[in-house]
Order: sequence, then structure tokens, then C-alpha cells
Amino acid sequence: MRIDKHPILEFKKGKKVKFTFDGKVYEGYEGETIAAALHAAGVKVLTHSHEKKRPRGFYCAIGNCGQCVMEVNGVSNVRTCIERLKEGMVIKTQKGKGSIL
Amino acid sequence: MKQVEILVVGGGPAGLCAAINAAQAGAKVLVLERNEDLGGQLIKQTHMFFGSEKQHASVRGIDIASILFNKIYELGNIEIYKNATVLAIYDDGIVSAEINGRYMKIKPERIIVSTGASEKTLAFPNNDLPGIYGAGAVQTLMNVHGVKPGDNVLMVGAGNIGLIVSYQLMQAGVNVKAILDAAPEIGGYLVHASKVRRMGVPIYTGYTVKEAYGKDYLEKATIVKLNDKWEPIEGTEKDFDVDVLCISVGLSPLGELLWQAGCEMRYVGQLGGFVPVRTENLETTVEGIFVAGDVCGVEEATSAMVEGYLAGLTAADSLGYEIKDFEERKQDYLEQLQSLRSGHVGDKIRAGLDQVTIKSEAAVV
Repeated sequence: MRIDKHPILEFKKGKKVKFTFDGKVYEGYEGETIAAALHAAGVKVLTHSHEKKRPRGFYCAIGNCGQCVMEVNGVSNVRTCIERLKEGMVIKTQKGKGSIL
Repeated sequence: MKQVEILVVGGGPAGLCAAINAAQAGAKVLVLERNEDLGGQLIKQTHMFFGSEKQHASVRGIDIASILFNKIYELGNIEIYKNATVLAIYDDGIVSAEINGRYMKIKPERIIVSTGASEKTLAFPNNDLPGIYGAGAVQTLMNVHGVKPGDNVLMVGAGNIGLIVSYQLMQAGVNVKAILDAAPEIGGYLVHASKVRRMGVPIYTGYTVKEAYGKDYLEKATIVKLNDKWEPIEGTEKDFDVDVLCISVGLSPLGELLWQAGCEMRYVGQLGGFVPVRTENLETTVEGIFVAGDVCGVEEATSAMVEGYLAGLTAADSLGYEIKDFEERKQDYLEQLQSLRSGHVGDKIRAGLDQVTIKSEAAVV
């Protein structure tokens, strides 16, 4: 679901990189946010609410609402709507509230 | 501990303009921006701005951002840290921040808080489903990263943001099924409304979201008409098969640091929520803490920039810097703000500002 043609904008993409999400290999562009790369790949559910386990996606995309937190390279509660994608990142759906390193 | 003369918290339109004017006056300025990009919302605004030439009217937001960046790089005395989140402003004036994962203490002589605002949400069943996104989030996804938020969108809110983002969605090749607003009239400029209507998008005024449906993410939404008491009218429901509900129902100021610093805050609905009491010079009730932009009242980026220039100027002046034509320049900014807030569209803003602006003695005389 990437925009191929835009009347005003030209998207300067970083180099293509591979990353994993829950063990599966995906491709995205370096420098875009993790949430953007996942969304482009059709992944909208980023986490689940703690009590009722309801699916959650990002809402604000500016690192403010905390609806997009995931485990990235072993670190819990990473706000994936602002964290930039890098080659080889290991991204996982976070279980519960995550652990403090 | 890092010593600076003026610390600007937030590198959006207000903060950048504040930094430019403070630095031009001779002050050493440090800008802390929590994001990886400077420019705040400007970097996602593909539409041309209103206002007058002084406020870059008819220039696209993305290009205004470049103009400001160039000015900053020309001035030598502005230091910028990105990925820098301010954590606290302490009683003794010391500010702590997390910068690229490292903890740092800063001792500024003046602080300009320009932290902006964040999106409000709307209460309806299943409003937490993925696919229900804030309008700013949709703009970030499509205009910064070039990713479509979905295929079919229902836009909630017919203010300027709702109308503009609807148009931007169509530019990105996304289908906008309809725009709705609970208010009986379209809140945004008619020029924007006409543009989307000409492209075949219906605007339902007096409607709200009744419920959203979907298993893992949004699949359908139902809207319902409201009577003059804002109660839903049974039998007026309309269903839309959409995978995106874009929520554009306003913003609320990000005033946490001001609360913490002890600034007097007042709830002013017309300005988006709790905002600081401030002087005409944009100084809060805590001496040395200035404000600019959406954090002191949600408006447009143009007025945020003018407020930024004003706060940068007055903060530098309060440090004792000799500023040529200070009074004239200050008056010019105040007049620009007055003109941006004039007329019917500015009614709410003016009524809101009256509740939090301390009139200077000079103005009373």
C-alpha cells in the first residue's frame, strides 16, 4: 500500500532493508518508521490492550499516545510510530507490559 | 551542565521562529526537538498557506519548513539537538532532558516552551480498532513516508484539517467516501469544502459516528444524524464500508512542562484545553518561561510562527539584548496576530485569548 505517484511530493526513500516481525521476514526502507514499514506491508495490529487484549494500532504517529509499543531488538515499549527502521531489526508483538532491561 | 541563554523546547513552526528571532538578537539558543525531524507538522503540509506575504501565504507548508531550516543554518548561534525529550523543569530553573538515550542537565536563562498539541479522540463503541487514526497520523503516514493509510476513508470532522487531509488523501490515490461533522455547519474554510465537494465527496453535517465494526481492524462504520439537542435520531443511520476512520476533531495543547514548572493554567475550551496565562509578550506567570504556538492555544501554523517570532524577540529583549526597532517589530507581530484572528473565523480564538491574556499596563493606558 505504498503511494506510487503523487502530484506534489517525491518520496526520498532510504535503502531497502530486511527486518523480521514475529519471526517472519519483511522488507522496508531505512529511515522510515517501523509502524510505516509494517503498515505498508499490511500489518495494522501492533499491540493488544493489557486487560481485554483488544487489537491496537497507532493513533497519533507522533510518539504521544503509546498505542504502538512493540518489542524491538529485545527492548520493550518502543514507540514504533517514531522509531526508525534499520537493517536486521527484530520486531516482536509485545506480551503484556514488557520487561525493564 | 550545559549553560544556554535561551532554551527552546520543541522545533515546530513556533519553536523554529522563536529560535531565529532570539538568535538574530544575539542570544545563544538551544533547540530541543523530541522527533528525528525538525519542523513539526510543517513537514507534512502539502497545501498552500493562508495569511499574508509576511507569513508565507501561498507557499506550501513543506517549503516553509525549508525556508526556516535555511535561516537557522545561516545563523551561527542556534544549536539543535534532535531525538531530545525534555523531562522536567525544576524549581531552580534546571532542565533535564534525554538526548539520544543520554541524560543531560541544562541551565537556561530563559525558556520558550513550544511543544505543540496532540490529537483528540472521539468516544464511540470500538473506537480503539486499528484503522481508526488521527488526522495528523494519516498525514505523517502518507505525506512523510509515502504509505497509504488504507483504501477507503471516512473523515470525521469538517474543520480545516479534516477538509485538507481529505483532499490530500485523494491526491495520494485514496478513496474518501464521505466527511461528517457533528456541528450543523462546516467548520473549515468554504474554499476547502468546495474543493472536496467538486471531487464528489459528500459532507454530512449534523452527523456523528454511532459505532465502528471489525475483528482485528476496522471494516465498517455507522454514522447517525443528531437532532438540535445533539441526540442521535433513530432510523437515520448510514453504513460505510471503510478500512480507515480519520479522526479530525481538534487538538489539545501539550502543556505538561508548563504545569510542572508551576505556570498558572486555565481551561479554555476555545483554545483546545488547559493553556497558560500569559502576557502580551507571551511570558507565563513563571518569570523567564515564555510560550508560543499550539501549546498556548490551538490555532493555525501561521499564527504559531508569528507567536514564535514574538516570543523569541521578547525573550531576547528580557535578557537585555539591544534590539533595533524592538517596539516597532513587537507591534508588527501583534498586528499580524490580530489580523490572522480577525473576522468571524477568529471569534472563538479571540474570546479564548481574552480569558488568559494579562493586559500590560501600557495597553490599559
